[in-house]
Amino acid sequence: MGLRNTTPTPPRWVRTLLRWWADPNTSEEVEGDLLELYNYWVAAVGERSANWKYTLNAIKLLRPLAKDKRAHYPRTYLYSPTMIRNYFKIAFRNLLKHKGYSFINVAGLAMGMAVAMLIGLWVWDEVSYNKQFGNYDRIVQVMQHQTFDGQVNTQMANPYLMGEEIRNKYGNDFKYIVMSSWTNGHILAYGDKKLTKTGNYFEPSITEMLSLQMLKGSRAGLNDVNSILLSESAAKAYFGSEDPMGKVMKIDNKNDVKVTGVYKDLPYNSDFKDLTFLLPWSLYLSSQSWIKEMTNPWRSNFTQTYAMLAEHADIDQVSAKIKDVKLHKVRPEERAFKPVVFLHPMRKWHLFSEFKDGVNIGGRIEFVWLFGIIGGFVLLLACINFMNLSTARSEKRAKEVGVRKAVGSVRGQLINQFLSESLLVTLIALGVAILLVQLALPMFNEVADKKMVILWQEPLFWLSAIGFTVLTGIIAGSYPAFYLSSFRPVQVLKGTFRVGRFASVPRKVLVTVQFTVSVALMIGTIVVFQQIDFAKKRPAGYAVDKLLFVPISTPDLANKYEVVRNDLLKTGAIAEVSESSSPITSVWAINNGYSWKGKDPGIQGNFAAVSATHEFGKTIGWELKEGRDFSREFPTDSTAMILNETAVKFMGLKKPVGEIVKIDDKVFHVIGVVKDMVMQSPYQPVFRTSFVLDYKDVSIINIKINATTSTSDALAKIETVFRKHNPAAPFEYQFIDEEYAKKFTDEVRIGKLATFFAILAIFISCLGLFGLASFVAEQRTKEIGIRKVLGASVSNLWGLLSKEFVILVVVACVIAGPITWYGMNNWIQKFDYHTEISWWVFVFTAILAVGIALLTVSFQAIKAAMINPVKSLKSE
Amino acid sequence: MKRTFLGEFEEIVLLTVAILGEEAYGVTVTQELEQKTGRSVGFSTVHTTLQRLEEKGFLASQMGGATAERGGRRKRFFTVTAAGRKALVEVKQVREELWGALPPQTLQLMGG
Repeated sequence: MGLRNTTPTPPRWVRTLLRWWADPNTSEEVEGDLLELYNYWVAAVGERSANWKYTLNAIKLLRPLAKDKRAHYPRTYLYSPTMIRNYFKIAFRNLLKHKGYSFINVAGLAMGMAVAMLIGLWVWDEVSYNKQFGNYDRIVQVMQHQTFDGQVNTQMANPYLMGEEIRNKYGNDFKYIVMSSWTNGHILAYGDKKLTKTGNYFEPSITEMLSLQMLKGSRAGLNDVNSILLSESAAKAYFGSEDPMGKVMKIDNKNDVKVTGVYKDLPYNSDFKDLTFLLPWSLYLSSQSWIKEMTNPWRSNFTQTYAMLAEHADIDQVSAKIKDVKLHKVRPEERAFKPVVFLHPMRKWHLFSEFKDGVNIGGRIEFVWLFGIIGGFVLLLACINFMNLSTARSEKRAKEVGVRKAVGSVRGQLINQFLSESLLVTLIALGVAILLVQLALPMFNEVADKKMVILWQEPLFWLSAIGFTVLTGIIAGSYPAFYLSSFRPVQVLKGTFRVGRFASVPRKVLVTVQFTVSVALMIGTIVVFQQIDFAKKRPAGYAVDKLLFVPISTPDLANKYEVVRNDLLKTGAIAEVSESSSPITSVWAINNGYSWKGKDPGIQGNFAAVSATHEFGKTIGWELKEGRDFSREFPTDSTAMILNETAVKFMGLKKPVGEIVKIDDKVFHVIGVVKDMVMQSPYQPVFRTSFVLDYKDVSIINIKINATTSTSDALAKIETVFRKHNPAAPFEYQFIDEEYAKKFTDEVRIGKLATFFAILAIFISCLGLFGLASFVAEQRTKEIGIRKVLGASVSNLWGLLSKEFVILVVVACVIAGPITWYGMNNWIQKFDYHTEISWWVFVFTAILAVGIALLTVSFQAIKAAMINPVKSLKSE
Repeated sequence: MKRTFLGEFEEIVLLTVAILGEEAYGVTVTQELEQKTGRSVGFSTVHTTLQRLEEKGFLASQMGGATAERGGRRKRFFTVTAAGRKALVEVKQVREELWGALPPQTLQLMGG
């Protein structure tokens, strides 16, 4: 305790508080009043109470956030509703006064946003693939790597005993293990109604694994061997409003099955979307009698294995644990294939489905990135436009800034005004964009094979859309907001104000960026189409025209082949008919165990194997290089073999005709060599292939229509024949030329999308250029007038106005060239059979880009140059 | 039609300022109010009310009269403006009209 003062004083800290935080306009009298009152209180109620009252009153007077201490005058309120209403009014008037610019601005931005939104939806759809399944995190597919001649192949197909073996040995690590066949079309019949529906055979616990939502029946519906579960849509297709439960249907005209349940259709963006019905695995085993008769069941891989991990089981650990499960079961001589079993998690099924040398190297994720980046670029282009135009236009409003400041606006108000104006435009653009997306979605869904909708209920969608809009608005509005608002009103109003020499530099840079992106996209598109064209021009090795095949779907058809063939030929519309194990546009079987004279013992020798009937070659129109085709004249042809050129090269045979080739212990003699045929990917080298005669191991009928008969006539006749001989199945066929075209689907799709984006990019860029050019022309009206008076010609002026833009585009081409060359060269290297990027692509694109830019600018330039100088000079 | 609303406390403060005449500033108004109404009135409340009345144009003010007891700080003297006087008169009229409209028997019951 120190010495006490004789007169009490109020607490010092309260006074400090007052000085800092109370209203500075009244601080003097408040402090005085309080002091006077304090003395009065000390006298009336004592020092303690006086201190207390003083503090309480002082604290009540603090207004920490209300007012700025520095201001001597009351400050202008930045967010007064009247002013905000005024900003919007002015913004609308500005928009309406310059309809052309407003249209370009809003349309360009809206288009960019719409495209970005569509791509965003697509990416979202891709990324959320399979995610609707409740057990998404724990579902896996059991797959295997095998090594053939030093090359590691990765496959989904497993021996049919795989599930059983894993269950017995490692059952603890899994909750469910489900064996299945493949999701294929089957003929499903109820009464007279016969339709081909896609479905698959599964072990019963698939229903639990996929958490099927049962509308009727229970998830135990697959326990009985003769049962079937239908999807909601399939049930509707067969039974309409009738109750499907307990009805008996016929599958592939062989087995009767009873409907034991109906499940809700599986989500469209999932790998199980095509499952319109489920059949029990036990039915598959009992209906395919050959399975039980297999002498070496661990050799054939023909089924799939799905599984769901037990809780807390780690996928990598379990994967490592089961890796040798097959190796231990195969025969010693098959160990050379080094089967490594592993688990592929559901979250990687869709986007990371490709393997190379036993390592997951991605897959569709590349497209997700590619389109994501392109979408980003298109959006960037649109934003650049928006910024360029709005900053260019804003310079015209310097006078408005001057007047506003003279009348009393403070800088903050002007900043608010310009920002809210640009936000208004971006928000309008967002509205238009959402409308555009809504309109374009059905078409886009068709192209992309998706069922996407706008994610109205997804907060992320709104967050990113609005977040992006606001960001664009603020960035585009920041130049006028912060730069123009700093003008000195006197200078601006006197007219001595000049925009700096370098004000247009950022604009020029942005235009260059725009055209760089556009040119790069154009070059990319051309290269993609060149590559497709290159692969399309590759000789197929067979005649794809008027060739079709019909699957042998029922035993009836298999037994009656000769009758069917004769009836078909009798119609006169058919040139040739034959059977084969697979359509010529694909390879279904690759077999091992080939041996021949001079075979290097180090290689295993696997070949693509096709079995066919005598007339196969004639039907598909292959070209013989050496020897002869199969012939009914030679009974010995039952052991004949025809090889393709690659096979002969691979085997190192000098004179292939007459050589002996053994498959396991069966002996074949080579009778001919055919030219290589494109059966698999047109971008890869042709695989070594052998053709042998076999009337049993066939699954399709190939039909070649007469060159002179029209396809529709012939189809009608073919259908009649099949209706007669195969009444149990619907008549189904596929054209080889369509199948062949499917080989290019992916690349054609990329090409189409790239074209779309390239055109869009060019369009948006030109839109911006158009706006800028007209702005520049307007700015230089007087200059042009004077030049004209002094004798400049229209072409002189046209050159003057166009030059600076053309230079920018040329610079863009120079930048885009090397970048695109590098990127596209990487892309085409992916294909073994690829085109070379030639120099003319770059020259052509550059000329095209400059041409388009020139055309865009010229319109404005010539318009400006044609104006009568009297008009442009007399104003003011 | 647009008439600035005068709250009950504002009315009393305005009246007090009128009563005090030349001597009306924060401290005197506070003390006068406490004595006349008998209720404890915070200085802060009075101060803000005076500010508000000035903003509304019912009061005018000027600085002056520094004393040692105030640490040499000036006082802000308030005077009622014409608008203030008008507002007071209006309030009084309304009150009187209302009282006048009261039925005599009710007036008796209330002890008036």
